[in-house]
Amino acid sequence: MDAEQTRAVLAMMWRIRAFEERVGQLKRADEVHGLIHLSIGQEGVAAAVCGQLRTADAVYSGHRAHGHALAKGASMARALAELMGRRDGLCRGMGGSMHLVDVEHGFLGATGVVGGNIPLALGSALALRAAGRDAVAVVFFGDGAVQAGLFAESVNLAALWRLPVLLVCENNGFAEFSPRSAHTPVERVRDVVAPFGLAGGTVDGNDVDAVWDAVAGLLPAVRAGEGPALLECLTHRLRGHYEGDPDRYREAVSSAEWRERDPIARLQRAATGDGRLDPDELPGFERAARDEVERAVLAARESPFPDAALAASLVYGR
Amino acid sequence: MSTHETTYIGAVMEAIDQEMARDERVLLLGQSVGGRPDDPFVQRYGENRVRVTPISETAEIGMAVGAALAGMRPVVDATMAEFLLVAMDQVVNEGNRFHHMSGGRVRVPMVLKAGYGFTAGWAGQHTGSIYGMFMGVPGLKVALPSTPADAKGLMATAIRDDNPVLFLHHYLLTLDRGEVPDGEHLVPFGQAVIRRPGADVTLVATGWTVPMALAAAATLAADGIEAEVIDPRTIAPLDTATVLASVRRTGRLVLVDQATRHASVAAVLAAEVAEAGFDALRAPIVQVTGLDAGIAYSRPMEEHVLPDEAKVVAAVRRVVEHSGTRV
Ligand SMILES: Cc1ncc(C[n+]2csc(CCOP(=O)(O)OP(=O)(O)O)c2C)c(N)n1
Ligand SMILES: [Mg+2]
Repeated sequence: MDAEQTRAVLAMMWRIRAFEERVGQLKRADEVHGLIHLSIGQEGVAAAVCGQLRTADAVYSGHRAHGHALAKGASMARALAELMGRRDGLCRGMGGSMHLVDVEHGFLGATGVVGGNIPLALGSALALRAAGRDAVAVVFFGDGAVQAGLFAESVNLAALWRLPVLLVCENNGFAEFSPRSAHTPVERVRDVVAPFGLAGGTVDGNDVDAVWDAVAGLLPAVRAGEGPALLECLTHRLRGHYEGDPDRYREAVSSAEWRERDPIARLQRAATGDGRLDPDELPGFERAARDEVERAVLAARESPFPDAALAASLVYGR
Repeated sequence: MSTHETTYIGAVMEAIDQEMARDERVLLLGQSVGGRPDDPFVQRYGENRVRVTPISETAEIGMAVGAALAGMRPVVDATMAEFLLVAMDQVVNEGNRFHHMSGGRVRVPMVLKAGYGFTAGWAGQHTGSIYGMFMGVPGLKVALPSTPADAKGLMATAIRDDNPVLFLHHYLLTLDRGEVPDGEHLVPFGQAVIRRPGADVTLVATGWTVPMALAAAATLAADGIEAEVIDPRTIAPLDTATVLASVRRTGRLVLVDQATRHASVAAVLAAEVAEAGFDALRAPIVQVTGLDAGIAYSRPMEEHVLPDEAKVVAAVRRVVEHSGTRV
């Protein structure tokens, strides 16, 4: 990443971090309701992958989707309004945290059923190919989704038809309350897909420069129609599985260890160390992000709740 | 009979525990069971009988069908009813069919335990009252407990049943407390219970709408309208006889159901009573159900699509006042 790219990625990571920390507070205050999964600690993957996509590229995500939506270009104010169930929300308050959609920015959507998003991305890739476009489809999913039958079916089909799809697995080592070792004897997702000849590999997902470089290496070939790729990003979710999860099944990371691992702190260290960024400019990223979130909270509170009848009138498209 | 107080979900787990202690063939599988060595079920019954499964519902449920064919009595904790949909073939086209297709040569004693109806901002994919998809499936039984005592008794019966049983516990009742019989407690399938007697109108409700119907009945009683509240407890088999007998006494029927209107227990009961109890009806049957829509995220919209106490009360008043038939 050059200096400009680094600034953009760092700014995005701070936006995701600030957004999600505020969402956690709003959830506890019951201004955001429902089931909330935060990606704090995993922001680097969303920012480095989506930072290299075009608006025409399609992105799909799952239950832990806030970061992917923001990184693909969704407005923070409209994302927050959605989580607060308001009329100005991305989905008019119909979808909430697990079902964000922002067609305008190519965020085709999040689904709460693990693995359900993977074939959808294949479908987008098929449509883009049929339309003769050089856009790609990208799907984010967790390590838990790899054990779903849909994953195996989708990898086979994507490889067979050489679909322009980038599969991004955020391997945080846990699916809900179980470590990966309780779900599969295959530790690395890369090894699961080995026979299919997909491009890609495994990177440290909290090393944002490494994620960026890996994506930069894979995207041109996917775009050129040379076939799908799978990038496995090893990462860590700092929060529980969902907001409110007592998180008793994992060793907590110490704050010293977290400073080492935190993808934001790491990128800031790396980029100031090699002169890409000036240490003086760092506080500005966080400040700008937190200011933006506060503006989004105020805007969402101003937005009325939707007309209740909308719920029954949107059953069919017309 | 001595009792103790516990939660609805605690009562479910108590039944599984007692049945596992009683019968070595009972297995417990699921994505959030037995994950830790200090899990009480793992400690009591060992890792062979208590297994955490990956997010592989198709294999998980299909394997349970196979284990049942091979003589075990698996209980699969599928967490949420919607996750069963991933494995729909195994649930509605494999497990339920083997006994029948084999000319009765084999049996599939299996329980699929799943929560449903979590309308608390869980939005489109985790909130459905989707039992309508299962209640008309031949070979599959479906239980919908509404109290801790029934949660225990229906789960124990489900485990001893020789057929696949879908045991759907309501998420909004999870921590409700109530008296539960100590020791062995079996609630028979296909036997509705009258939760409150009344002579003016019959109210049928399941799961979370049972307390709603009881609250409505209390409100109506203050106005001199006595509602009889019936809880079918299992919807396959469905005890239409108890409902019909009640309608013969009251002449009026209001059906309360959280499910979408056209895939509800209400729709089935309305048809049965219209056919077999037409002569007893003094007013049209009224259904107070979820709308034929998904569950929206935002609170006002979520409330709009669901039944509530006020809607039940209004429906009963309409029925009672119909054509001046009020007695
Ligand atoms: C088909 C299905 N089964 C179970 C669940 C419940 N569930 C929600 S998130 C989750 C764990 C997902 O783990 P992973 O894919 O690793 O994503 P992470 O939460 O770690 O980001 C599970 C089991 C679900 N949503 N869908
Ligand atoms: Mg995971």
